[in-house]
Order: sequence, then C-alpha cells, then structure tokens
Amino acid sequence: MSEREVSVRNFTINFGPQHPAAHGVLRLVLELDGEVVERADPHIGLLHRGTEKLIETKTWHQAVPYFDRLDYVAPMNQEHAFVLAAEKLLGIEAPYRARVIRTLYDEIGRLLSHLLNVTTQAMDVGALTPPLWGFEEREKLMIFYERASGARMHAAYYRIGGVHQDLPPELIDDIGEFCETHPKVLDDIEGLLTDNRIFKQRNVDIGKISVEEAFARGFSGVMVRGSGAAWDLRKAQPYAIYDEVDFKVAVGRNGDCYDRYLVRMEEMRQSVHIMKQCVEILSSQKGRGEVLIDNRKVAPPRRAEMKTSMEALIEHFKLYTEGVKVPEGEVYAAVEAPKGEFGVYLVSDGSNRPYRCKIRAPGYAHLAAMDAVGRGHMLADISALIGSFDIVFGEIDR
Amino acid sequence: MAMMDEQSLADLAEHVAEQLGDAVRDVGVAHGQLQMVADKDRIREVLRFLRDDPRCRFVAFTDICGVDWPEREERFEVVYHLLSPYHNARVRVKAPVAEGEAVPSVIEVFPGAEWYEREVWDMYGVFFSDHPDLRRILTDYGFSGHPLRKDFPVTGHVEVRYDEDLKRVIYEPVNLQQAWREFDFLSPWKGEPPVLPGDEKATDEEAGA
Repeated sequence: MSEREVSVRNFTINFGPQHPAAHGVLRLVLELDGEVVERADPHIGLLHRGTEKLIETKTWHQAVPYFDRLDYVAPMNQEHAFVLAAEKLLGIEAPYRARVIRTLYDEIGRLLSHLLNVTTQAMDVGALTPPLWGFEEREKLMIFYERASGARMHAAYYRIGGVHQDLPPELIDDIGEFCETHPKVLDDIEGLLTDNRIFKQRNVDIGKISVEEAFARGFSGVMVRGSGAAWDLRKAQPYAIYDEVDFKVAVGRNGDCYDRYLVRMEEMRQSVHIMKQCVEILSSQKGRGEVLIDNRKVAPPRRAEMKTSMEALIEHFKLYTEGVKVPEGEVYAAVEAPKGEFGVYLVSDGSNRPYRCKIRAPGYAHLAAMDAVGRGHMLADISALIGSFDIVFGEIDR
Repeated sequence: MAMMDEQSLADLAEHVAEQLGDAVRDVGVAHGQLQMVADKDRIREVLRFLRDDPRCRFVAFTDICGVDWPEREERFEVVYHLLSPYHNARVRVKAPVAEGEAVPSVIEVFPGAEWYEREVWDMYGVFFSDHPDLRRILTDYGFSGHPLRKDFPVTGHVEVRYDEDLKRVIYEPVNLQQAWREFDFLSPWKGEPPVLPGDEKATDEEAGA
C-alpha cells in the first residue's frame, strides 16, 4: 500500500429524539470514531414541564398528582416521597393500615418499573418475546392500581396523612393470588434471558462502574447495588413498614449491565415476597383500622360524616380551598424508588403552598454519567446502556 | 445499620463546626439530618472535608438545587445534599449567593455535580466558576430568563405554534385568552373579622343588658 496521507474524521450522529431505543425523548449527540463512541452528549429537557414551578403555585394537596407524572412507570413510589416529606414537616405519621397499603403499592410500582425495564432492555439488545410477556403482567398490576385509585397510571392515591381510600377486600385477595402466579412468569423471563448467549454477549462487561465512582456520581438504587454496595433505603432508612417485613437486598458484583439485570430480577422476587406479607397483614386483625389520619387540619372528613355534621362540611371546604398549612421549615425525604433514590426537598414558609419543592430524580444522575460510562464503548452498546440505566424522561426532565 | 440518632448527629455537628471553623455557621440538626450554612467561596473545602473526614464520609453525592429568596440581600441559596452510606446519615449544606455572584464549581470533589450545577444555572441564573460546560440544560434551545426565579411568570414569556404559512414552528409572545388568575385562599380566613352593618347594635345591647 502506498504511503498516502489519509484524513480520518470523526462522525457526529444524532441518536434520537425519536429513536425506539432512546426510551422517550432523549437526544444523544454521539461523536464516533468508526464504531467507537468518543463522546456522548445527551440533550435533555424535551419533556420539561416546569413541575417544580407549578407545584410552587398550588396547594400542598394539589402537588400530589404531579408526582405521578414524573416517573410514569411507577407513579405511587414518587407520591410516597412527597407525602413523607410533608408528613415530616407536619410532624405526623400515617395510620398503620395506610402504611401497609403504601408498602404494598410501592412494591407493585417496583414490579411495574422493573418488568418494563428488564424486558425492554432485552428488546434493545435484540429479544422480542420478553416485553410481550412482561406487559401482560404489567396489565394485571395496572388493574390493581385502577381498583385502588380509579386510574391505571396517574393514581393520586397517597395523601398527606395516609391514602385516599381503603382497599376492597376482594382486591387484597386478588393481589394475594397474583403473588402466587407471578414468580412463574419471572421464571419464564429468566429462562429466556439469564443464560441466553446473545443477551450475555450484549450485556456482560458493558458499562462497568465501581462503587466509589457510582456514589461520587450520585448514583443510587440498582446502579450502586449492581456494583456491589448493599445500600437500600428500605433497609438503611426504613419508612412505611419496611422495618417489619422480611426481604433481602440483592447485590451484584461486577457493576455491569448484566449484574444490574440480575439485581432487578431478584428484586422482583423480593417484591413479591413483601407483597405477600402485606396482603397477609391487611387481611388479618393486625392490619385493621383507618387509612387516613384523624386530624381535620390535614385530612378531609369522610363523606358520610359530611352528610350530618356541619363542622365536617366546614372543615372539608376549608381543606379544599385553603388547603393544608405546613409549618415553616425545610426537609429532605427520600424513598427507594425502583430506579434509585427518589428524594423531595421541601421548603415551607408556613403558608398553604410549598415555597420550594426540589425533586431529586434518580435517572437524572444516571443519565448525566452517560459520557463518562459510555466513552470507549461501541455504538450498539449505547442502547444497552440506556436500557440498563433505566431512563424515563418524565422524571429526568420534570 | 440503623440511622444515626439525634445524639450522635449532634456530636457530629459539633465535630464539623470545630474542624471547619469559620467556613461554616449554624451547624445543627433538623428533622434527623445534619444542616449547615457555608461560605460559598469555601464550599469546595467544606464538601471535601465532609467527604474525606473519617467521622463524616459523606461520599455519596445526592443533589444540588437552588432556592430563591427575593427579599433577602443574598438572594439565592445553593443547597447541597450529601449522603454517608457508611455512617447512614445525610447532610445539607446551604450557601447563600447574591445575584451576579459566582459559586466555585464542586465537580472536582463530586463529578456528579456537573448536570446539577447546569440546572441551577438554567433555573436560577447562579453562575458556577470553573464549570467546564455551563450550558442550559432543561429549557429550550435559545431560551431566555431563569424560570424558577420567583419573579418569572408561571405562564412564561413565549409560546410556540406551527405556522401554516411559514411551514414551521414559530415563537410568539404569550397571549392569554383569559387573564391569569391567582387564587389567594389564605386571606378569607386570616383577615379582620367582618363587620356587618347593624351588628354593633347587637353587641352593644348585649353588653348593656
């Protein structure tokens, strides 16, 4: 070959915003040297709705539905973070039965999210069957959402001081039944993926992160557990009834996409285990009781009471016009959402509206590390990475 | 490991206040969490200490956000949240900043801070010095203003629509079909007791009787 100077130039390509593997509206500007990614620059904000600004202009109650619309794959987990923060400021605690229901629905949310994530990540790397099987199960879970709250996704079911309404007994039985049949489906999905040669080739050793780096980059949830840190807010800083129920924390070892997949699969099994315990408590004598705090400054009176009591009517009116007044102060509350630590930082000036409500979405920190983690990988690995990071734009763009 | 209790948090607060000297003030415990106000120019030093000190080890970066207090002299507050997975505790560091002032970027301490600082810049217009890439992040390309400031209207300044003649999306000043209504539900319950004409007679009579 003659010694001729060849000019090599890098290619810059746009991945998204309308790419099926972008999991929403991600515009990823990739600088490629051949097939190797030299630089990844995610452009986000295409789904920015100004949630935090809107919450500042609404009463405390009216903020709850905004949380459904963040990570719309697991809506109630995020409502939980907000009501926990508000309850901390108010110095109240939800009744026992409400906390059991919250635990139950948090785990349903975890299943919803992990089922979607694991199966669509598999689709990103070439498997078509898992999402079909996973979505069948998600459908059942969404019906549980609907039967509790009236909405399949945007539930607005949690309230400051409890949950909106009690669950019908048949629903509790049906959830119990679901817990019996669901592990079989998990076995099936695992049978398709865990030892699958192609799936392993696409995921093992892709996107490796060490524990130290994961923490310094603000990772949480599966993203640190996959790297080997046994850090789970449900164990470390328990809320609801997580200190009562029995479950194990799944921990990976290599911090790659494959370990994160394994952690998610095991977490789903643990979720089913927790749900079973919640169902048992709810249908036993121990779990009987109110689901909303008996404090008329925070929670509205029951409809039946309003028919006969003038005071109840007045209190109801005041609560739905003026709203709750939350004492001055600031608080940070976090829950272990399926995607990681979902936190809410609330500043109250003592009025009927939050002065500032910062939403700390786990996916934001994960996507921010896209450049650091994705650099040096092949173009095809980027879609495996996005899937494994568990990106949902509702929460990242807010 | 259980969460740090109030007593050990108070001890930790004392330790931090002692070690950091005048870089921090108002070190205390609020709602089960360590909290302090830091000098913005020494924020790196403060965060590095919190990360490396064996009694703190707040190695996990959680969040950076801004808060706007228009009536204060130092209008903005940049709030840092850190987590210590080793001691199971959280800390909040607040750094007040006046409008137009810059805060040193903490990316060299926590690489995860990059996007969070961009967000604070985007939303509040707080400038971070030494930030390698301080672009807007969440708002539209070519957006002007800082939307989370208290004086920024909820409706925004521009709206977009598809123009049939130009065959493209165009930006126009916001045209509200109905005036923006802001309900202040606080006042009816807080104001002076209403004086109805004729009422004073009733009370007078009662007093006289």
